[in-house]
Amino acid sequence: MLNNQGRPTRSGETSSAAAATFTGNRALDMEEALIFETGRLDATGVDIDEPPPFASRLGAHARKSEIGLPGLSEPEAVRHYVRLSRKNYSIDAGLYPLGSCTMKHNPRLNEKMARLPGFADIHPLQPTSTVQGALRLIDDLARTLMAMAGMPAIAMSPKAGAHGELCGMMAIKAAIEARGEGATRNVVLVPESAHGTNPATAALIGFSVRSVPTGADGIVDPAAVKAALGPEVAAIMLTNPNTCGLFEREIAAIAEAVHEAGAFFYCDGANFNAIMGKTRPGDLGVDAMHINLHKTFSTPHGGGGPGAGPVVLSKALAPFAPVPYVVIHGDMLRLVEHRQDSQAFGRMTAFNGQMGMFVRALSFILSHGADGLKQAAEDAVLSANYIRVCLNDLMSSPYGDRPCMHEALFDDRWLKETGLTTLDFAKAMIDEGYHPMTVYFPLVVHGAMLIEPTESESKASLDLFVMTLRDLAHSALGGERERFTAAPRLAPRRRLDETRAARQPVLKWTKPAPA
Amino acid sequence: MRYLPLDAADRALMLARVGVSHIDEIFADIPADKRLNGLLDIPTRKSEIEVDRILSSLAGRNVAAGSVPFFLGAGAYRHHVPASVDHLIQRSEFLTSYTPYQPEIAQGTLQVLFEFQTQVAALTGMEVANASMYDGSTACGEAMLMAHRLTRRNKAVLSGGLHSQYADVAATLASMAGDKIVRLPPDIKASEDLAAAIDENTSCVIVQSPDFFGNPRDLAPIKAAAEAKGALLIAVFTEAVSLGALRSPGEMGADIVVGEGQSIGNALNFGGPYVGLFATHLKYARQMPGRLAGETVDADGRRSFVLTLSTREQHIRREKATSNICTNSGLCALAFSIHMSLLGQTGLQRLARVNHANSVALADRLAEIKGVEIVNQYFFNEFTIRTPRVAEELIEALAKRGIIGGLPVSRLLPDAGLDDLIVVAGTETNSDEDRAAFAAVLTQCLSV
Repeated sequence: MLNNQGRPTRSGETSSAAAATFTGNRALDMEEALIFETGRLDATGVDIDEPPPFASRLGAHARKSEIGLPGLSEPEAVRHYVRLSRKNYSIDAGLYPLGSCTMKHNPRLNEKMARLPGFADIHPLQPTSTVQGALRLIDDLARTLMAMAGMPAIAMSPKAGAHGELCGMMAIKAAIEARGEGATRNVVLVPESAHGTNPATAALIGFSVRSVPTGADGIVDPAAVKAALGPEVAAIMLTNPNTCGLFEREIAAIAEAVHEAGAFFYCDGANFNAIMGKTRPGDLGVDAMHINLHKTFSTPHGGGGPGAGPVVLSKALAPFAPVPYVVIHGDMLRLVEHRQDSQAFGRMTAFNGQMGMFVRALSFILSHGADGLKQAAEDAVLSANYIRVCLNDLMSSPYGDRPCMHEALFDDRWLKETGLTTLDFAKAMIDEGYHPMTVYFPLVVHGAMLIEPTESESKASLDLFVMTLRDLAHSALGGERERFTAAPRLAPRRRLDETRAARQPVLKWTKPAPA
Repeated sequence: MRYLPLDAADRALMLARVGVSHIDEIFADIPADKRLNGLLDIPTRKSEIEVDRILSSLAGRNVAAGSVPFFLGAGAYRHHVPASVDHLIQRSEFLTSYTPYQPEIAQGTLQVLFEFQTQVAALTGMEVANASMYDGSTACGEAMLMAHRLTRRNKAVLSGGLHSQYADVAATLASMAGDKIVRLPPDIKASEDLAAAIDENTSCVIVQSPDFFGNPRDLAPIKAAAEAKGALLIAVFTEAVSLGALRSPGEMGADIVVGEGQSIGNALNFGGPYVGLFATHLKYARQMPGRLAGETVDADGRRSFVLTLSTREQHIRREKATSNICTNSGLCALAFSIHMSLLGQTGLQRLARVNHANSVALADRLAEIKGVEIVNQYFFNEFTIRTPRVAEELIEALAKRGIIGGLPVSRLLPDAGLDDLIVVAGTETNSDEDRAAFAAVLTQCLSV
């Protein structure tokens, strides 16, 4: 209200966004065509001089056909992507409570560090004498992660969480084969509440998957594990804290039973944020665990990656870690790139892993330090519990009033009388300016709503979130269906026809036939 | 701690609301004897200045490619990336958003992915592309697994021109899954007989072009040989810029095309993060790994984009999924797509011509040096030279004199008896002076 005489600030005659506009734009929310509809085949936004005449060495391999890709000048390109960006929700803009995803603040120092030419502009196959600082950084991060996990070895190269799972399970398979049990130990136990990546990973390398029930209290019962164990079992893949947001308090007994049966314990470390500095997976009996650097250490999610998934390994699995790895040789660091005569199981990826993510993660860890990381875990867990107790009189919790770890889980029993669904509730949150929580996961809870606030929210932010959800809940229970079934009404798009997308897939732009 | 908004007073209020007197009561489920008492054995918090100092010091101990005459490729290439690319990918809304699970508030990312898929399909000459893989090598491994599914066979034939680390990744997957691999010996002159290696049990033949040694390959005869035996042709590239100058894998008959997209939009980053490209025929779309963005409409009939065909994926299909991939390379795909939008086919083809011209100029210069032989008859922006000295020592000697001169083949293939070969790349980032310096120092190193 800069000047309420000269510039009236009262709202106009109509307050809704319903009015149609000529452009289809709604002020700052602008429609944006595809580049293929606006770009021109002869246009380019990069000034490159034609080379002087020379004798080609392409022979008959030279391209003769057109590619069919339009170009944009720089102003057009900048506007295109800026406009598109404004159709995205982001953690920088608001609370992003996606359970199991750990959407915390992304410090910009980390971005700056990752862009130092000494990290961003070095080639993975340069002579190692010219990349000693890079190898040192990988080694420093490796040692830090091992200290946090309380485990003696690590494989740094996996490119994301699921890739880390694959790496850990390959190490387990290699260890089992080295024992001569490769032909007989081919079953992996996976709790019902597990991430989909766990069974998919096990199946990818030829294990068959045996499901273990989640107990009525949301955790895995050691008796159920024991009942499922046998000489054919290679490993259990257990998430801890689990996907219901609970610490597997029988984990030590489970680990013992698994080891007694000659199997290995893979821990899905997606939820490591809750326990860093509070307990160490190595002390809990874990043999392998991936650490999602893009979750716990906030290397940005980037709209779906890149991630990084280093895997810490127990002494029993250490010899099987894949190449490459860094070794210290006098005052020089070297990169071991070949298996040679070792037991290394092979290679996960070309080159040396996600260096750009390593720099960001180490920057995050150095900034926090041992004290800050522990505080972050505690704040994340405290914030989740705060949300839990502020909502559990209205919304139903599947496992009662137990304290949770870093995420609060609700189910849809409380919505039963309203006829509304978890999805309806989630979409109404969008109109209130929030990204929905994770919905319909874990699968063991009907209509699950998994809320992970992380440590990045102020109390004021948590309070407003709680008040908003309470208002929505009252509204739902009070029969205001329209607020939910029509939601979102204020987002760049309303609900999408996902069935049409899957039944008649249109996976790229094609030039429309002339009318 | 600068990243933590809660203060002691907030925490006390919140603990009271939760109904506990100490935070550790909330952690009571952790068995008492497993709790960490005290702090982790790592240093305590540091200010921005201190972190900057520590990391800058480590960065300073590396030789940045841009600071020296630089001729190394072998699967990762130094190209100029327009400044606007890195600026745009750092928009909060792209950088700090998650996988677009709520499409109503993720149309930015989804439209970018749809455009990216269209660009990759056009570039490779294929009908459909996915929303990216981790990198070229893992995309290659996933393509092999997809071919196994499609053909219900489990033997892959790998060309001797395939980047050895790509072959290692595929071999690791195969050994773990109980599949078979036939790996042809290193093929420096693109003279191998792939057809002879394909039989009725072969699911796919995996061929890289330009190959690891820089030779462009004619895939058409390989396709014919594969097809005759019911096998699929998987075409691999590690240098995406080459597609601006060379016949596309699609027009030569590839069934699946995978490659490394780092060259376009992305920095060298010591090997990652990169972006894997994956394209195939439309009829195989439901067997693809990874995310796919598709077009649809919203409740008001407006064109919209959404992740689709997700019944292939792990979060729905679990152990029956086509892959375990979840997080992929969204932001690197965005960088690729922005750079490609700036280039357009006009810019890409010109960029490719400059790369080729610079490499030809480099090859001509190096060929004048006594004892140096250019192995390739044809090449794009990378070729192999034979030298009279042990390549690894020579590259080390060049590095000591401030030249990053290429890859000694023996670094990746230590037991192949190829100790005298160097793979050399020339891109638009090299100047005449760089090439002159390289030639002069190489001459010196060879004359001692």
